[in-house]
Amino acid sequence: MEDSKLEFLRGTLDVLILKALAWGPQHGYGIASLIRRHSDEALLLEEGTLYPALWRLESKKLVAAEWGLSENNRKAKFYRLTPDGRRHLRDGAKTWEAYARAVSKVLSTAKPQEETA
Amino acid sequence: MNKIPIWRRYDRLLGSDRAADVKAELRFHIDSKTDDLIARGWPPQQARAEAERQFGNIRPVQRIGEHIGGHMDLRSRISDYWSECMHDTRYTVRTLLANPTFSIVAILVLALGIGANIVVFSVVNTILLRPLPFPDSQQLVRIVEKDAKSNESGKTYTADATQDFQQQNRSFQSVSGYFAFSSPNNFKLAGSGQPQPATGMLVAEGFFETLGVEPFAGRLFRHEEFLQHAQTAALLSYPYWKRQFGGDPNIVGRTVDLTDKGDLNNKSVTVVGVLPQTFDFGAVFSPGTKVDLFVPYIMDDFRSDGNDLALFGRLRPGVSIGKAQNEADLLFPQFYFEHKHPEYGKGYTAQLTGLKEYISGKLRRSLIVLWCAVGLIQLIVCVNLSNLLLARAAARGKEFAMRSALGARRGRIVRQLLTESLLLAVLGASLGLGLAWAVLAWLAHQGSLALPLLHMIGLDGAALAWTLVFAVGTAVLFGLVPALRTSSPNLQEALKDGGHGASEGRRHDRLRSTLVITEISLACVLLVGAGLMLRSFLRVLDVDLGFEPSRAAAVSVDYDDGGNPARQAAIWEEVVSRASQIPGVEAAGISDNLPMSRNRGWGIAAKGQAPPKNEDYLPVFVYIVSPGYFKAMGMRLIAGRDVTWDDLVNNRSVVVINETVARRLWPGQNPIGRIAYAGGGQPEVIGVIADVRESSAEDSGAAQMYLPATKQFGPEGSYLVVRSKLPPSSLATSVMRTLRDINPGQPASQFSPVQSLVDHATSPRRFFVLLVGIFACLGLLLAALGIYGVIAYSVTRQTQEIGIRMALGATPARVQFDVIWKTLRLALAGIAAGFIASFAVARLIASLLFQTAPNDPLTFAAMVAVLALVSLLAGYLPARKASKVNPMDTLRAH
Repeated sequence: MEDSKLEFLRGTLDVLILKALAWGPQHGYGIASLIRRHSDEALLLEEGTLYPALWRLESKKLVAAEWGLSENNRKAKFYRLTPDGRRHLRDGAKTWEAYARAVSKVLSTAKPQEETA
Repeated sequence: MNKIPIWRRYDRLLGSDRAADVKAELRFHIDSKTDDLIARGWPPQQARAEAERQFGNIRPVQRIGEHIGGHMDLRSRISDYWSECMHDTRYTVRTLLANPTFSIVAILVLALGIGANIVVFSVVNTILLRPLPFPDSQQLVRIVEKDAKSNESGKTYTADATQDFQQQNRSFQSVSGYFAFSSPNNFKLAGSGQPQPATGMLVAEGFFETLGVEPFAGRLFRHEEFLQHAQTAALLSYPYWKRQFGGDPNIVGRTVDLTDKGDLNNKSVTVVGVLPQTFDFGAVFSPGTKVDLFVPYIMDDFRSDGNDLALFGRLRPGVSIGKAQNEADLLFPQFYFEHKHPEYGKGYTAQLTGLKEYISGKLRRSLIVLWCAVGLIQLIVCVNLSNLLLARAAARGKEFAMRSALGARRGRIVRQLLTESLLLAVLGASLGLGLAWAVLAWLAHQGSLALPLLHMIGLDGAALAWTLVFAVGTAVLFGLVPALRTSSPNLQEALKDGGHGASEGRRHDRLRSTLVITEISLACVLLVGAGLMLRSFLRVLDVDLGFEPSRAAAVSVDYDDGGNPARQAAIWEEVVSRASQIPGVEAAGISDNLPMSRNRGWGIAAKGQAPPKNEDYLPVFVYIVSPGYFKAMGMRLIAGRDVTWDDLVNNRSVVVINETVARRLWPGQNPIGRIAYAGGGQPEVIGVIADVRESSAEDSGAAQMYLPATKQFGPEGSYLVVRSKLPPSSLATSVMRTLRDINPGQPASQFSPVQSLVDHATSPRRFFVLLVGIFACLGLLLAALGIYGVIAYSVTRQTQEIGIRMALGATPARVQFDVIWKTLRLALAGIAAGFIASFAVARLIASLLFQTAPNDPLTFAAMVAVLALVSLLAGYLPARKASKVNPMDTLRAH
C-alpha cells in the first residue's frame, strides 16, 4: 500500500477536489472518500493535506462553504462549486489531460529518433 | 455585488470564530473516519487511533486553517462594508432623485463654492506656490538698485557696470539681463503685403542659459553674435513662430526681413532658433506684454547709453542670497557708470531678490486675501448645506427613529447620512471642476491682464488633489452636524413627535438659527471686504491722472530720418500737422514714451553758482515730445508755454517740467526762465505742467520733464497721439492712411486708445475687485438662501399653530409681521457679529486699499443696508405664505 501511494503533482489536488464536488455539495471527509474510491484506492492522499487545499479554494471563491447536517446527523461543513470553480475545473482537467498525454507519449516511445544534421 | 450568503448571518449571530470552525470541521472528519472503520470491524479504541494516523499531523493543518480563515474574514468584512456602501449610495440616489429641487440647489451651491476654490487655488498655486518654470529656479535672483521705486532707469545698470559685476562676482554662476526699454512693436516684418509690427527684446549674452531655457528648434545665441557688426541673429517666441510663420519647420537658418525701427543699418536678421512654448518672457519679467522675438544686446553698442540693462543671475549651488548680497554690497559701489568717462562718477547699489519673490511678492497679500475670501465662501456653502440637510433630516426624523428602533446602530445611520453628503460633495465637486476648468482656460488667455505667470494657469495634479481634499472635507463638515443631530438616541421623542413644536423640533430650530446667523455674519465680512475693495477701485478710476485718456488714441509711427535730427524734426512736423488736419482731430502730437507703459529716467538739477554734483540731480522721467503733445494727451499746462516748432527748428534748448520738479528744484519760486542741467545740456525752463501718474494710477506723481529732441539726444521711438471728439476706432483708417502717405513703409500698427494703457495698469486691481465682488455676491445669495430656507421651513412646520392663531383672531398682517420680525432678529444678530468681524478683517486688508479708510463708514453702512434688505426679502416670501394660511384648512387637516 505504501508503495502505490502516488505523489500528488502541484495543482492536481485542486482539480481532484473540484471534480469531487462536481456531483453536488460534499463535506471534507466525503471528498476524501470520493477521491479514494474513484481512483480505485490508488490515490491515497494523506487526508490532512486535503483541508488546506480546500480552504485555499474557498478563499479563492472557487468553492463556497455552508454548515449543514451530514448523513450521520453530525454538524459538517459542506462545500459546493461556484461558477468560477466549475470553469476552473474544466480548464484544469483539460490541462491535466494534455499533460498526462504528453508524459505518457514520451514514456511509450521505443527509441529516440536520431536528429539528422 | 454578491449577496451575503445565509450562513454568514448565522455565523455572525454566534460571533465569528474561525478557530472553532476549523476544529469542528476536522473533528467531524476524524469522527466520520472512526465510524467507518468501526463499521468495517475495527475495535473502537484502535479505530480512533487509526483515523488520526491516516489524517496525519493535525496541528499544522489547524494553524493553516486559522490563518486562511482570518484572511477570509477580513475580506468578507471589506466586501460587506462595500456592499453596505453601495446600498447606502443607491438609497441616497433614490432619496435625492425623490427631491430634485433640494438636490439641484445643493449640488449647484457646492459646485459654485468648490469651483471658486479651485480657480483661486490654481491662481495662487501658479503665482505664489509653484516654482518658476525654470530648472533650479530657486537659484535665480533679480538684481535691482536699492530704493529704485517705479523708475525703470533706476532699476537698471550700464553695460560697463554689468560687465564689471559679471567679472568680479564669486557668488553667481552667471549674470545676464535684458534691455529694459524696448517699446512694443519696435520691429517691423516686411514680406508679403503691408509690413507687420513685431515686438523684439534685446537680451544680453547668456540670457537663456542663465534661465535654463533650451531652444525648441535650432540653437541659442553664440558668443560671436554679441560682438559689434555681427550679422543680427534672432530667436522667435513659439507663439510668434506659429502665428507669423505658420509653424514653418524650416524657419531655422532663414533670413527674414525683420528690421529694428531704431536701427539705421536696416539689415535683415537670421532666425537661429525657436524658443519653447513654455517660455513666456512677459509672464516672468513684464506681465501683460508679449514679446515676439529676441535679438542680442550688443554691449559695445550701448556703452554710452546709460542705465538700460535689467539684471538677474543664477547663484552658484550652496550660495545663499544673503552671502551674494554681502558681496554685491561690496562690489556695486565700486562700479563706474562708464569706463570711458570716469568723471561721470561711480557708485551703484544692488538689492538681490529671489526672482520668484520679485515677480509675485507684490501680489502675495492680494492673493492671500482672495484665498481667504473663497475660504469664507466655502464656509458659507458648508453652513448652508448643513442647514438644508438639517431641514431634510428633521423631516425624516421619524424614518431614522424607525430604523434605529428596528436595530440600526447609531454609527450605521451616521454613515448613511455621511454617504449622502459625500455623494452631494462628489457631484458638486465634479461640476465645480468643470466650471473651474472653463474659467481657468479663459483666464489663461487674458494676455492683457498684468498678472505674472498667468499663461501657465490650468488644472494640474495639485489642483485636483486640492479639490478632492476639499470636497471630502466639505462633505464631512456639512454632513456631520446634521448626522450627529439626527441620530441622537432620542427614539421615543422622535416617534411621538409629529414635528409640531415638540422639544426635538425646537432644538433643531435653535441649531439652524445659529447656522444662519453664522452665515449672515460671514457674508457680512465678505460684503464689507468687497465693498472696501470696490470703493478703492472707484477711487483709482477717479484719480486725476494728469491727462485725459478717454478721447485720445496713440499709434506707433515709423519713419526713416537717417539719423539726422533736422530731418527727424521735419518728419515729426509733417506727421503732426497732417494728422491735425484730419477731420475730427482736435489735437495731435508726438512723444517717444507714453505714460503707464515703458519709462526712462534721467536726472535734472537747478543751475546755481557751482556745477551740480551727483547727489544734486533729481531722478526724473524723460519724454521727448513734439509741440501739441500736451494738448493731445489732455495734460494741463500750469504756467509758461508748450514747446514750439520754432524751438525745434532753431535747436533751442528748452524744457517743460512738472509741478513736482518745480517744487523740488525751485521751491516757492517761479521756475519759468530758470536754467536747469538735464540731458547733457542746460535747457531753459519754459513751462510747468500738471503731474502725470507715470507708472500706475496709484503712485502719486513723480518728477517728470519734457524736452524737444535736440542734437544731443533723439527720441527712442515715437507715438503719435491724437485727440478727437469721435471714438478712436472711427479715426483709425484715416490716421493710418495719412501715416502711410508720409511713409509707405509704415507697418500696420495698432491704433489703440490711450485708455487701454490705463486699463492695463489698473488690470490687477480690477481683476481682484471683480473676483472679490463675485464672491461677495455669491456669499450674499447663499446667505439669503439660508435665511429663506430656515424661515420657510419654520413657517411650514408651524402652519397648524398659525392656523389656530388666526382662528383665534390674529390678523394676516400680524402673522406676517411676526415672521418678518423673526427674520429680522436672525439678520440683525448675524449683521452685528459680522460687523465686528469686518472691522478686524478690514484692518488686515488695509494695505490693499487705495484712499479708502479700512473703517470707511459709507461702505459699512451700505453693506449692512444691502444685507438687511436682502434678508428682509428672503423673509418676506415665507411671511406672505404664512399670512395666506387658511385657518379652516389647517385645522381640518389635523
